[in-house]
Amino acid sequence: MASLTLDALTKRYGDNVVVKSVSLDVRDGEFLVLLGPSGCGKTTTLRMIAGFVPPSGGSMRIGDKDITTLPPWKRNAGLVFQSYALFPHMTVNENVGFGLDMRKVDRAEITGRVAEALRLVRLEGYGERYPRQLSGGQQQRVALARALVIRPDVLLLDEPLSNLDAKLRLEVRLEIRALQQQLGLTTVMVTHDQEEALTMADRLVVMSDGAVRQVGTQSDLYERPADLFVADFVGRSTMISGAVTAPGAFRSDGGLSLSCQPSAAAGPATIALRPERLTLGAAAQGLANHATGKVTFVSYLGALLDVHVRLNDTDHVVVQIPNRSDGHVPAVGDTIEVGWPASACLVFPREAA
Amino acid sequence: MMADGRLLGRVALYGVAWLTLAFILMPLVFVTWLAFFAQEIPSFPPEGYSLKWFGAIAGNRNFVTGFTTSLQVAVAATLIGLLIAVPASLILARRQFAGSAVLNQFLLLPLVVPGVVMGTSIYVFQIETEIATGLPILGSLGGLVAGHTLLVIPWTVRLVTASLTGLDRAAEEAAQSLGANQWTTFFRVTLPAIRPGVVAGALFGFVTSFGNLEMSLFLVGPGRVTLPIAILQYLEWKIDPTVAAVSVLQILLIAVAMIITDRYVKLARVV
Ligand SMILES: Nc1ncnc2c1ncn2[C@@H]1O[C@H](COP(=O)(O)OP(=O)(O)O)[C@@H](O)[C@H]1O
Ligand SMILES: [Mg+2]
Repeated sequence: MASLTLDALTKRYGDNVVVKSVSLDVRDGEFLVLLGPSGCGKTTTLRMIAGFVPPSGGSMRIGDKDITTLPPWKRNAGLVFQSYALFPHMTVNENVGFGLDMRKVDRAEITGRVAEALRLVRLEGYGERYPRQLSGGQQQRVALARALVIRPDVLLLDEPLSNLDAKLRLEVRLEIRALQQQLGLTTVMVTHDQEEALTMADRLVVMSDGAVRQVGTQSDLYERPADLFVADFVGRSTMISGAVTAPGAFRSDGGLSLSCQPSAAAGPATIALRPERLTLGAAAQGLANHATGKVTFVSYLGALLDVHVRLNDTDHVVVQIPNRSDGHVPAVGDTIEVGWPASACLVFPREAA
Repeated sequence: MMADGRLLGRVALYGVAWLTLAFILMPLVFVTWLAFFAQEIPSFPPEGYSLKWFGAIAGNRNFVTGFTTSLQVAVAATLIGLLIAVPASLILARRQFAGSAVLNQFLLLPLVVPGVVMGTSIYVFQIETEIATGLPILGSLGGLVAGHTLLVIPWTVRLVTASLTGLDRAAEEAAQSLGANQWTTFFRVTLPAIRPGVVAGALFGFVTSFGNLEMSLFLVGPGRVTLPIAILQYLEWKIDPTVAAVSVLQILLIAVAMIITDRYVKLARVV
């Protein structure tokens, strides 16, 4: 195990910069998740760490060792692919033992360590089968065992769950996380699924357009998003655009006067609101911000309800409320009070576009 | 009405299929039958049956050396063809470069160019090369093998390329991340995965080379014969069932090769 450091890592294809000077520090034993929409450069970053894509600039280190120009087979990185990538002509035992074979470990030790790795992923007794005789979830666990058995310095996972069905995904998610903690593996996982990222990570890296937007824990990203992109991508937000007119005062394009944190600088800005921070009905009256609106849509989520409320011609918010059978459920067309505290307003200056 | 129509359709389909099969197999059946006729001039009905024509083959030097030459040439051409086709297919299947599509078609060309045209052009090429370099090429065994290699390449390239497109690149990357360098990855992961294509390509290449007449006619030296040439030369003088017996042995050889191959790779799946 070791730490992994990326320093200004960059990848260019022609004029297209797909990874823009990414610097990261993955601590020893940490589970770091790269999260971002499809095409933002996550896979490219991971493949540079694994050694399959030569960087156009920057450097990488595992512990104190510079690995920037090492070929993949000298990096001691365990890799798990979305497609599992098992060797179809080898049994499960041979698949898992492959890395040890390459390291010239002797037969008896290979047998022992392969059995141990299969036990870890709960596949004892499957050693003689071929990959095609296993289900998707089992194949994924073989791939994991194969990557773990070499005791890699870093474990790299590229969307490892996206080929599994929803129920299995939850199971394998927990399993990978438990194993990673048990073995203290330094891990980098790539995903576009925010729920997956939030449940598995120690820390997350939000990327867009090849650049890192924010690095932080779940609550850092959710409570204190660095910019509008993160506020929108992690969790849900409704946006109200307008301008900060004085410290703590915001005027929306639709004419609402709102109070927000006094720290926001004056100028054009957008407010992001988390739907669960808003309140409906009489209780809204006492809050710093309140307005009257019309319910345009109610979406039923089971335990929760999303109530879409139009405040005026341009401003509109989504309010999430618990679904209680005894409470009053707003109906489309109702006129209703909406309120939220000043602290619920996340204010982001608008970049001059 | 509907059911009747469908039944009729099915009967027609099977009828055509069996007729086609019979049409294809007919010459094989007749040649095999003929090989066992007792009389020297093939005529119907046979006057009796005999194995003597098979014995006659062994006594004919031309057939024996022709067989040996054909076998040597086919084996050598197949091996060289594979050595060229496997790397070529790897590059063709994986790298897009200017002219890669053209090159792909180019390698398949020997399949469509008539044998006589190929034979003539290689003949001229070998003469010119011999004049330019002073090396004894034309009529040598090496010259013959070189020509036959061209017959093998389209088959091996086609079948190996086809099996490569079904291979997951990630498996090769997995091997490398586990500590295998490029060579080890090729021999431990890539080659086993494309083995069906390699074996099937080698088989079809071998059969094509072994049965080739047109090109060999241009390239053999004086005194050297391949099996098809030996058959042709024999037919210029005689038409007794010896030729039929030779053909039966040839059919058997190819059938055995296919059956053995089929045990390792299901040919129906590759071709
Ligand atoms: N070999 C390549 N040549 C050119 N462009 C590439 C190549 N690989 C990836 N890209 C581009 O880089 C961008 C990032 O890709 P990728 O890292 O796969 O994104 P992600 O994994 O986040 O979905 C994409 O726009 C993709 O088209
Ligand atoms: Mg990706």
